[in-house]
Amino acid sequence: MRIGKDLVAATATPLVLGILADGESYGYAILRRISELSDGELEWSDGMLYPLLHRLERLGHIESTWGASPGGRPRKHYRLSRSGEAVFAEQRRQWAVVSRALQQVWDDRGDTRANLALGGA
Amino acid sequence: MAGQDRRTALEEQIGQWRAFVARRAAIAPRDVDELEGHLRDQIEGLEASGLSSDEAFLVAVRRMGRLDEVSREFAREHSDRLWKQLVVGEAPSGRRPDGLLPAIALAGAAAIVIKIPALFGLSFGSDAAFYALNLAVLVLPFLAAFLLVRRHAAVGTIVAVAVPFLLAAVVVNAYPFAPDGSTIALTAMHTAVALWIVTGIAYANGDWRSDRARMDFIRFSGEWFIYLVLIGLGGGVLAALTMGVFSAIGLDAAHFVQEWLVPCGLAGAVVIAGWLVEAKQNVIENIAPVLTKLFTPLFTVLLLALVVAGIVQGVSVGAAPGAEAFAQRDLLIIFDVVLLVVLGLLLYSYSARDPDAAAGWFDRLQLLMLIAALAVDVLVLIGMTSRISEFGASPNKLASLGLNVILLVNLAGAAWLQLRFVGGAASFARVERWQTAYVPVYLGWAAIVAVVFPPVFGFA
Repeated sequence: MRIGKDLVAATATPLVLGILADGESYGYAILRRISELSDGELEWSDGMLYPLLHRLERLGHIESTWGASPGGRPRKHYRLSRSGEAVFAEQRRQWAVVSRALQQVWDDRGDTRANLALGGA
Repeated sequence: MAGQDRRTALEEQIGQWRAFVARRAAIAPRDVDELEGHLRDQIEGLEASGLSSDEAFLVAVRRMGRLDEVSREFAREHSDRLWKQLVVGEAPSGRRPDGLLPAIALAGAAAIVIKIPALFGLSFGSDAAFYALNLAVLVLPFLAAFLLVRRHAAVGTIVAVAVPFLLAAVVVNAYPFAPDGSTIALTAMHTAVALWIVTGIAYANGDWRSDRARMDFIRFSGEWFIYLVLIGLGGGVLAALTMGVFSAIGLDAAHFVQEWLVPCGLAGAVVIAGWLVEAKQNVIENIAPVLTKLFTPLFTVLLLALVVAGIVQGVSVGAAPGAEAFAQRDLLIIFDVVLLVVLGLLLYSYSARDPDAAAGWFDRLQLLMLIAALAVDVLVLIGMTSRISEFGASPNKLASLGLNVILLVNLAGAAWLQLRFVGGAASFARVERWQTAYVPVYLGWAAIVAVVFPPVFGFA
C-alpha cells in the first residue's frame, strides 16, 4: 500500500508534534518512530523532515538546541514549546473528530452493505 | 585493514555528498550539518542491520529524497537565503538571470509614456501638479509589469494589480482639485504609497497573504530605494555635466535636461532599479546590514535628543512639557517623516537580519530606538490634538493625525514584541509577523486619504 502524498503531508505536522510531545528528540529518531508507529507504511523522503522542523520552529511550536550524539557528532535536538503544546492539543482534538467521523462512515457503510445483503436474500 | 579502507571510502563518499548538498543556496551550512548527521545515523542503522557500508550509503542517500525537492522545501521555508541566489534549485554557477531585455523594454516604455502628456501641452517643469498626481500612475505600472512578466504571473494576479492602477488613474484625474489646496498634495503622496504597496502584489506574484512574501517585498523596497538613489546620483552628475559642457560652447541645455533627461531618466530608473534588485541581489546584500548598523545608532541619538530638546523647550515657554514645542504646524510634518524613516530603518534591518540568530546588542539598540520613537510620537500626537482642538481640523492635520495614530500602534506593537524578543520570551518570527501583518493598514490608510479626503474636504 502506498499512502497518498496529500495525506502524508497532512499528517506530518501532527505526527511530529505528537512524537515531540513525548519528549525531546532529533530528526533521525523522529523518522524511525514514525516508521515504527505506521509499521513502515507511512514514509516520506528523509530530507523533507528538516524543512518541516524548521517551519515549526519558526512558528514557535518547537524549540531546538545543538547537542552531541553519543558518538560525539553534533546533533540538533527538538522539543515542544509551550505554544506548541497548545497547538498539539488543538490538532489532536481536530484529528479525533476527523478520525471518529471516518470510522463512523465506514461502520455505517458496513451496516448498509450487511442490510442490503440481508434484503436481497 | 579492509575495514579501515572501507571507512575511508565511506568518509570520502559522505564528504562528496556533503559538498554537493552545500552547493544549494537554500540549505545553510548548519542545515547541511544536520542533514549529514541524519545521513550518518541512517548509515549506522543500516549497517547494524547487516548492509555493507557502500550499500548503506546508497540506501541512506536515496531515502534522503531527491535533492531538488528537498532544496525547494528548504527554499520555501528560508526564502531569505535565496535572496542571495537567483534561481531556485540551481547551483550557484549557471545561467544568467533573465529579465534584462524586458527590463530595458519596459524602462524605455516608461520613459516614452511619461512624455505622452507633453503631446497635450503639459510640461514636466511647469505643470508640476499634473505630474505630481500622475507620476506613480505613469511609472509604477511598468515596474509592476516587469515583475509580473518575470514571474509569469497568472491572469488573476495581473487583474488584481491592474485594477487599482486604473482606479488611481481615474481618481487623480477626475477629481476637481483646487489648484492650491492641500488635498491635491495629499492625494499625490498617498496614491504613490498605495500604488507602491499594490506593486508588492505583483512582486509577491499574487501571494500577498504570505508573510514571507511580504517580508521579501519589504526587503525589495529597501534595496530598490538604494539603487534608485544611486542611479539618481549618477543622473545628477550627468545632468550637471550636460548643462556645463553645453553652456561652455554657448548653448543652454537646461530645457532638455528638465523636460527630457530628468523625467525620462527617472521613469526608466524606476524599472531598472527593480531589475537590479532582482538580478543582483547578492551584491547589495552586504550593504543592507552595514547601512542599518550605521544609521540605527545615529537615528536613536536623534530621537533621544528630540525628546529631551522638546521637553526642555516646552518647559522654557512654560507650557505643558513637550507638547507645545511639538505643536508648530510645519514641524508636525517633519516629525512624521522622521518616524517614517525610523520605521523604514527598522523594517530594512529586519529584512537583512538572520531570523534564526539570537537577540544581541543590536536588537537592544533597536528597542531603545523604538522607545524613543514612541516618546516622540506621543509628544507629536499631544501637540497635534491640541492644535486641532484650538484651530479646528484641516485635511493636512487629519492626515498627519491619522498617520500618527497608525504609527503609534505600529511602533508600540513593535516595541512590545522587541522587548519580549530581547528578553527571550518571543521568537524573532513574531516580531517579523507583526510588521508584515501591518502592511495592509498602510495601504488602507493611503487609499482612504487619497480617495476619500478630497471629496470630504471639497477638494480644497
